Amino acid sequence: MAEKTTQYYVPESSPWPLMGSIGLLLLAVGGANFIQQHTDKVQNDGKLGGVILAIGVLWMIGVMFMWWRDTVKESLGGLHSHQMDRSYRQGMIWFIFSEVMFFGAFFGALFYTRWLIVPWLGGAGSNAMTHELLWPNFQAMWPLLVAPDGRTTAAMGAWGLPAINTAILLTSSITLTIAHHALLANQRGKVIAFQAATIVLAVIFLGLQALEYVHAYHMGLTIDAGIYGSLFFLMTGFHGAHVFLGTIFMIVTFLRVLKGHYTPENHFAWEAAAWYWHFVDVVWLFLFVAVYWL
Amino acid sequence: MADHHEHHAPTGLKRWLFSTNHKDIGSLYLWFSFIMFLIGGLLAMVIRTELLYPGMQVVDPDFFNQMTTTHGLIMVFGAVMPAFVGLANWMIPLMIGAPDMALPRMNNWSFWILPAAFAILVSSVLMSAFGPGHPQAPNFGWTFYAPLSTTYGPASTDFFILSVHMMGISSIMGAINVIVTVLNMRAPGMTMMKMPLFVWTWLITAFLLIAVMPVLAGAVTMMLTDRHFGTSFFNAAGGGDPVLFQHIFWFFGHPEVYIMILPAFGVVSAIIPTFARKPLFGYASMVYATGSIALLSFVVWAHHMFAVGMPLAGMLFFMYMTMLISVPTGVKVFNWVATMWRGSLTFELPMKWAIAFVILFTIGGLSGLMLAITPADIQYHDSYFVVAHFHYVLVSGAIFSMFAAVYYWLPKWTGVMYDKFWGEVHFWSSLLSVNLLFFPMHFVGLAGMPRRYADYALQFADYNFWISIGGFWFGISQLFLLWVLIKACFLKKGEKATAEVWENPEGLEWTVPSPAPFHTFDTPPVVK
Repeated sequence: MAEKTTQYYVPESSPWPLMGSIGLLLLAVGGANFIQQHTDKVQNDGKLGGVILAIGVLWMIGVMFMWWRDTVKESLGGLHSHQMDRSYRQGMIWFIFSEVMFFGAFFGALFYTRWLIVPWLGGAGSNAMTHELLWPNFQAMWPLLVAPDGRTTAAMGAWGLPAINTAILLTSSITLTIAHHALLANQRGKVIAFQAATIVLAVIFLGLQALEYVHAYHMGLTIDAGIYGSLFFLMTGFHGAHVFLGTIFMIVTFLRVLKGHYTPENHFAWEAAAWYWHFVDVVWLFLFVAVYWL
Repeated sequence: MADHHEHHAPTGLKRWLFSTNHKDIGSLYLWFSFIMFLIGGLLAMVIRTELLYPGMQVVDPDFFNQMTTTHGLIMVFGAVMPAFVGLANWMIPLMIGAPDMALPRMNNWSFWILPAAFAILVSSVLMSAFGPGHPQAPNFGWTFYAPLSTTYGPASTDFFILSVHMMGISSIMGAINVIVTVLNMRAPGMTMMKMPLFVWTWLITAFLLIAVMPVLAGAVTMMLTDRHFGTSFFNAAGGGDPVLFQHIFWFFGHPEVYIMILPAFGVVSAIIPTFARKPLFGYASMVYATGSIALLSFVVWAHHMFAVGMPLAGMLFFMYMTMLISVPTGVKVFNWVATMWRGSLTFELPMKWAIAFVILFTIGGLSGLMLAITPADIQYHDSYFVVAHFHYVLVSGAIFSMFAAVYYWLPKWTGVMYDKFWGEVHFWSSLLSVNLLFFPMHFVGLAGMPRRYADYALQFADYNFWISIGGFWFGISQLFLLWVLIKACFLKKGEKATAEVWENPEGLEWTVPSPAPFHTFDTPPVVK
């Protein structure tokens, strides 16, 4: 319960939330136009989608920098009570929960496809006529190498790059935990060494993921040749995007370690980055099992 | 209260644009939602004008589809949800003795995303109505089923998708703020089981929001990649399934229904004890019932899809789970009735709205039970009976509870009593018109009139005429509320309200002066 002696810090009015909304508006308007102007689904004769999108991205980076600069200043100024620290921690936990549910939608789609759609298209259950009348030559299998309309694709095996990447991410979680213990023990040199190792592993992971995509396209696994590729690229792609964000988050807290911002008592941002990293790690384990392996 | 931290209310435009104050942000939410309510209402007027007589009258069928679509989207995401977030902003810190929301800047961001998101959605309607070439607004129904929204969706669909992403970001941040505030900011002595029920219902609502808004984000993302990048999530030719969209959508959509009604339960549970002058009957059972409804809401989604062709076992499972929800909901209704039983009842406006809520929401609940029965639902599916059902729970349920809340807390917000005469006119006019509007929909629905059509068979003409009259009447009735609000909020005319406003109401919000000062509970009160 609340400490009776300390007051909860309520910040003065701030322009950054409104600026953040303008940034999101730029991203949405720019993004939708950009996609329409670079694909042929709908007619959009404009040219500026990419420009607006780029301005939006830079704008958001600026807003995030300024907003977090304010909170860092407040933290260093001693304005964050234990109660405030708890607010941030709980907020981060619920944010990660929302991310879990976002991936949940894609895992749900994966299992529904594997266990229901593909067998049904192949005539399972009461769907013999569906199979016979729609695509009589369709064969239910997973990975779905031949789509009902005949598009073909290839499957990504689990025991090449993906297994190496699993080992890399697991190792990075261990190095990060060592850094965490060092932070709690106030051993800054050790924090720096092991967090740097974590960041290096993260970058290697992203590099190998990019390599794997190139490899996939070479062997014929593409996003537009049926549900297997759709799931593969969206699930690993969103995971990769989260690893990318987690890496940036980690680099920011690393720079703040170098500046000596954290103490064993007050290091919410560092821990939030660590939690986020463990979250992308756990998501990867599920991906490895459900997307690559089984 | 007084020390270095005390600062004066900022003034001018900056006060509203850069706010970190839960009361100001609450007011922004409430006014935004009211404006959206009026815009969504105008679209409904177009629908009812077209349906006044059989045959095509004023709009072409495609524009009619755009009206039903955007009416639903604006009312759900722009009116009802932000209205309850506005109430949460205003009332939760006051009810639990907190100085503000836990994360005040993020709170402001949650709000200001909404005008940006709805600028996109509303502009698509305006362009369709008045723009050169009349580009189509979203026209696939508020549920945006694939392939209507993927293969056949108009160009505005992509803008709609990204505006849904923005609404989701806003809702998730707002919900995180509510949960953290409730779990971390309660005054000493305010244990969980002492919290007002409004706080409890919002805590559970916030959990639902964080759980399902990301799933909606996943669904619209798949739509976007299906439209532009050749993925096959909702395309059977590629090994996907349009029905997959319905599953993902309703996994979001059904908890969403409770997101829109649980805070209403909280409001009514605050109002009825005040005017029955008795404590709420069965407080603990109310808390558990709310939790049960929330948990069950995750395992009932496919009752929206009984007509789509599911295995029998699936239909039975979703039918039984759905019918199970009537148990905790029944607990609530009986508790409200038991609270009134042998109380010293008076019928001030908030109480009138609350009682109307209990009765009319129960009608909507019972028609919901009829729809839960799979074999019957296959008959009712996509008929006006469904329209009647969800408008009873959303309009005479959720929105009536919002009206109850506005009349109940307006004196606390503004410091003056509402205009009783025009308030009464608003109540009686709305009560009569809402039933004229929605009750006959049951009959035309059961008689076979399908929803979402711009025309209907001749035998439905009489009922539809009166439904439309009810619709116009209900729409005009809301202008009385607008006047009541303008008078209290801007003209500040009316009887001055005391701190307590009502007779011995329960709750910390009645211990601060009316209007509530800019900062309250800088030092937390001690709750015994």
